[in-house]
Amino acid sequence: MAPPEAAAAQSAPPGPDGPRDPAAPPTPVLEAVGVSKRFPGVVALDDVSFTLRAGEIHALVGENGAGKSTLIKILTGVHRPDEGELRLGGEAVAFHRPHEAQQAGISTIYQEVNLVPLMSVARNIFLGREPRTRLGLVDFRRMHRETAELLGGFGITTDPRRPLHTLGIGTQQMVALARAVSVRARVVVMDEPTSSLEPREVETLFRVIGDLHARGISLVYVSHRMDELYRICDRVTVLRDGRLVHTGDLKDTGRVRLVSMMLGRELARVRKEAAAGSPGSAAATAEPVLTATGLSRRHLLDGVALDLRPGEVLGLGGLLGSGRTETAKALAGALPLDGGEITVGGRRLRRISSAAAIRAGISLLPEDRKAEGIVPGLSVRENIVLAALPRLSRFGFVSRRRQDRVVDVFMKRLRIKAASPEQKVGELSGGNQQKVLLARWLCLEPRVLLLDEPTRGIDVGAKAEVQTLIDELAAEGLAVLLISSELEELVEGAHRIVVLRAGAVAGELTGDDVTEGALLTVLAETAPQAPAQAGAETAAADARRAAPDPAPKAAPAAGGGPADVPDQAPAAGPREEDPR
Amino acid sequence: MTAFAFPRGLDRPRIADALQRYGVYAAVAALLVFNGAFTDHFLTADNLRTQLVQVAPVVIVALGMALVIGTEGVDLSVGSTMALSGALLPLYLGYGLLPALLVALLAGVVVGLVNGSLVSLVGLQPIVATLALFVGGRGLALVIAGGRLKQIDNTDLLSLGTDSVLGVPVVVLIAAVLAAIVAGLVQRTTFGRQLVAVGGNRRAAALAGLPVRRVLIGVYVICGVLAALAGVLATARLTASDPSSLGNLMELSAITAVVVGGTPLTGGSVRVLGTVFGALLMQLLHATLVTHNLHDSTAQMVQAGIILVAVYVARERRAR
Repeated sequence: MAPPEAAAAQSAPPGPDGPRDPAAPPTPVLEAVGVSKRFPGVVALDDVSFTLRAGEIHALVGENGAGKSTLIKILTGVHRPDEGELRLGGEAVAFHRPHEAQQAGISTIYQEVNLVPLMSVARNIFLGREPRTRLGLVDFRRMHRETAELLGGFGITTDPRRPLHTLGIGTQQMVALARAVSVRARVVVMDEPTSSLEPREVETLFRVIGDLHARGISLVYVSHRMDELYRICDRVTVLRDGRLVHTGDLKDTGRVRLVSMMLGRELARVRKEAAAGSPGSAAATAEPVLTATGLSRRHLLDGVALDLRPGEVLGLGGLLGSGRTETAKALAGALPLDGGEITVGGRRLRRISSAAAIRAGISLLPEDRKAEGIVPGLSVRENIVLAALPRLSRFGFVSRRRQDRVVDVFMKRLRIKAASPEQKVGELSGGNQQKVLLARWLCLEPRVLLLDEPTRGIDVGAKAEVQTLIDELAAEGLAVLLISSELEELVEGAHRIVVLRAGAVAGELTGDDVTEGALLTVLAETAPQAPAQAGAETAAADARRAAPDPAPKAAPAAGGGPADVPDQAPAAGPREEDPR
Repeated sequence: MTAFAFPRGLDRPRIADALQRYGVYAAVAALLVFNGAFTDHFLTADNLRTQLVQVAPVVIVALGMALVIGTEGVDLSVGSTMALSGALLPLYLGYGLLPALLVALLAGVVVGLVNGSLVSLVGLQPIVATLALFVGGRGLALVIAGGRLKQIDNTDLLSLGTDSVLGVPVVVLIAAVLAAIVAGLVQRTTFGRQLVAVGGNRRAAALAGLPVRRVLIGVYVICGVLAALAGVLATARLTASDPSSLGNLMELSAITAVVVGGTPLTGGSVRVLGTVFGALLMQLLHATLVTHNLHDSTAQMVQAGIILVAVYVARERRAR
């Protein structure tokens, strides 16, 4: 993540992009020019320019904290830029509210459908602009007729009178799209629209997107699923750490290159670096302390299997949304599963709960330190002993002496910097909060430690300390699962790396293969276990793009077994989309 | 609220912090000083004893409420629970005081189990979950009592309401002992610390393997039992069981005491002594205004002002 690389990446794009369209480039519909946005303590966007051309589908990609959401929010009037300007059809505009952007023809479809669940489909589509009869009453008949026509145009047959929430998420999204079209949107922004869709629904969505495309509507498409991007998008913009890394035609940008730009590692350099650490040779042969098979959860996990040996650090790689956090949560009993088995020390966990997992010796350091980790109003001492409280008590009364002993040991060992153990943990720095949480888990003397982004958002010094500590813990015989979005941290810290994609294991790197290059290659692959050659993948992707749509079942649900298909949303009503 | 515009240059959050922490004690002290100077016969043993006897049931209920609020919840059913225990009491007094007392307290346990289960297992919002028994509990009490007021003639029970030990009424002693027990529970027991953690960050508590459901159910059970006990004591003092009016608006008095005492409604902190003083403050304030010939409704408006101040201070403090 060093700045020089970013600069190198930035200088790269004009090369392939510039000369390829020597003729006048298509007119831009929506432009952000030199846009910057700062929030307290962070620069979310730093001089980013983004151009959406008429009639194109433009992919916007980047990892966590890249600035995608901020850019979208600026484009759609939620935020106003601190610097730079927006241009719509070549003219500078300033949206003060999301409503103004909508009026100007920019519609947004968020991950979570932002319609009114209890209202009918038709009312949702005509919300705020209902057709009126001569008496000024809502003309329901016309509304229902036009809704049916509109949805029919997308191949959706559903009763316009049905309350929206009785439809499946996919259909709800179609309704949102239909609304966008019916308000004469010129630009539709879609933020990870497929993250909660069934493969079949994805096909319908893509068909609708194709329709919009044909009508000349421009789309901004945010997704982490490489397959989808290469299938439907024309151009791509890559953001990283709030900066523009690349803009160009997608077909000129190889998958591996795209992923390397997202993650901030230049491939040429990466390849030269050797594997940092050799695998713990003793660990490689030991009996696994934890074995998980077939971990499944609708939309999130699809049969993840892995094992962890004492003394090893197993890296869990994958792009955003690949199921890393969910896997860790599942192992820690914090995610209800549809199926799967977890065995610890030869004994199968019968109940899946946090308490059961902790009793079995599994500890999870959660990704979201503030929401899931610290109890801000309590002291450092109380936060450390939180999980161990029953062990440090006698007959239900807490023993202050025992607590102090444990707290003292861990504050020294982890070098937690606090005014005193009685200082509120909410007042500490991020790094020290993270150490407090590590101490909370270590004082339980776990056998398996699951670390979800243990160094995110903490300063460099604390980061190095935490990384060293992880090595030490593994050397002491703990089995560690390490999740990190930073390739470098993963490759240097882990002896072995399991890569996830779309909630399933996509590959495993062992021994000398634990390199950033190899990891990038697996991350960028299309099909599970595909050969590590970029050329072959692109060909496969091309073939898929060329393939005609109407075979939804054959959709490349990367790793998704047919088990997904019949298992529809329990709360949702019957599917209404016409599969043709 | 212009009186609350802090002077410029001062650290508003810190003032709010101090005000939330110590404001209630200062206010009680100020009221006592004011009355000592301007109200005849206020600082007499007799009057103070009367005030304490009157506030004791509120304190007992508020102790349970403080625990519930500490978990980011609220229990609206406490007044109805008082009525329920008051209605059950005369039915079993024939077997003696102890069995009748146990039955009455058992009613509190059942109410707490229902509330706690609705909140923790079903996942209802506490305000909705406890609203059910707020309405239903009093109805049940009226059915049990046959809709009538019943005179109590059991001398053991009546002595609970009238006796004194060394000049301190038994009711006040019970409230004081319970306050000490609840304070110990919060500060010294595993349950108490887990309660505070659950209120402070429920997701973190669950991920740390804390028995979140058990803690929540336990908290509502304790609140129910305390309310039932308050119902027994209030019945003893009234020498009659009156399910139609016993404990009316008690939930609001208890919540007021907790909030004025500096416990944030957002959970994660329980201030037991503050709660006791919160109840005292409201009681003394009311008594002061009434003895100065202000109408009851005026007193209520002043109390409303105090509540607003307490909530404002809590908000100001969180805003840092």
